[in-house]
Amino acid sequence: MSSLRSITLATLAKDIRLEWRSKDAINSMLFFSLLVVVIFSFSFDPNAEESRQIAGGLIWVAFLFAAVVALNQTWARELRNQVLDAYRVSPAPANALFTAKVLGNFFLVSLLEALMAPLFMIFYNLRALGPAWQLIPVALLGTWALVVNGTFFAAMSLRTRSREIMLPLLLFPISIPAVQSMVEATRIILSGDGAARFWIVLLLTYDVVFTTACLALFETVLQAE
Amino acid sequence: MKRVFPILAVLTGLLLAYAFYEAIWVAPMERTMGDVQRIFYYHVPSAWTAFLLFFVNLIASVIYLIRKNAKADAVAVVSAEVGVVFCTVVLVTGPIWARPVWGIWWTWDLRLTTTLVLWLIYVSYLMLRRFSDSSQTPKLAAVLAIFGALDVPLVYFSIWFFRTQHPQPVIGGGGSIDPRMLHVLLINWLAFSCFAFLLSWARYRLEWLQREVEEAQALESLLGDGLAAPTRAPLDKTSSRTGPQ
Repeated sequence: MSSLRSITLATLAKDIRLEWRSKDAINSMLFFSLLVVVIFSFSFDPNAEESRQIAGGLIWVAFLFAAVVALNQTWARELRNQVLDAYRVSPAPANALFTAKVLGNFFLVSLLEALMAPLFMIFYNLRALGPAWQLIPVALLGTWALVVNGTFFAAMSLRTRSREIMLPLLLFPISIPAVQSMVEATRIILSGDGAARFWIVLLLTYDVVFTTACLALFETVLQAE
Repeated sequence: MKRVFPILAVLTGLLLAYAFYEAIWVAPMERTMGDVQRIFYYHVPSAWTAFLLFFVNLIASVIYLIRKNAKADAVAVVSAEVGVVFCTVVLVTGPIWARPVWGIWWTWDLRLTTTLVLWLIYVSYLMLRRFSDSSQTPKLAAVLAIFGALDVPLVYFSIWFFRTQHPQPVIGGGGSIDPRMLHVLLINWLAFSCFAFLLSWARYRLEWLQREVEEAQALESLLGDGLAAPTRAPLDKTSSRTGPQ
């Protein structure tokens, strides 16, 4: 158990240090989602009332696309110099590596959301009419849902041809219920009609189910070579 | 085994013809929808067959992950492929029926959306198999099949809740079905199941032969290099070799 934790922390610290020095993923994600925001605002041109109805969808689609940018880079880094092969033959538990990668991506995507959310609020003239604090659990659970499956499928698509395009092809169909929950919960909170509780519970269920499945099956995927 | 296949093929052909006759001429006409309702005898059996095949795919994937049995993997590929074909039939016949009856081609109704998402998941499954060329493809595909199976109930719940929050479009149906219609439906289902089984069988043989050829070719090129005996046509010699299990 302690080895699991120490390996997780070491990998996480390494990934964050690498990201801190290069800032590749965060810069590309930020710029990408900024572009999405601007392009959406040209293609819809909504007033305040309409934007409340569609903003949930816009925000989450932008974050979903931006997250794919980061997720694609997660494992590619480990392929250089056969780091992943070294990990595979070492006695370190596979789930430690997976947990570290998920936490690293979770941190990155949450940071992106924290930076981009105010911009969305300004550009789309948004103000939550419902209980705004509920946006926090929705964002945390939603980000976890995207990141845990995204990291898993990124590891799966490592072995495919044209892996950059394979990740969204695998991730999007499985993420449909999660995306729907995030979008609906956000819409309900922003427009203040009804309660978002069902969607938050559904997101939580999604997270629990798929986190368990990922942890149970990651070893199989890592050893597949 | 070689004899059974043509016999079964002929029987299935006869059964399909009989089911067609029953569906088009014998089944009573629906009072409000008219003849367009007859598409129901193709739509529903295709849906049941597709769901059955996806279920077979899940079972075969789990067996493959536990036992590493190559036959289970071949069954998984075949059931996913044939399942996608039948699911496509469902998704095409549905709107053809819906246009005259509901007045719209498509609605984001519970069953329609769940079927569409299921279709998307299995298409991504087939894409993964197509794009991945390592020997570990079966393992990755089996893992994806399990993820897909976990996803379906969540999709169902999310849409169920979403749609109960919104006004429903006019959906005809519910209620009871005429026993003569049920009879025709069951005959069609039997015919479609036989047809799906036949297709899967043929596809399974093809898959298996393809793998044997690939393995024999790989072996040939290895031996050919080792013995310095270049072979121009590796396929010629595979006929005498028994395929590896």
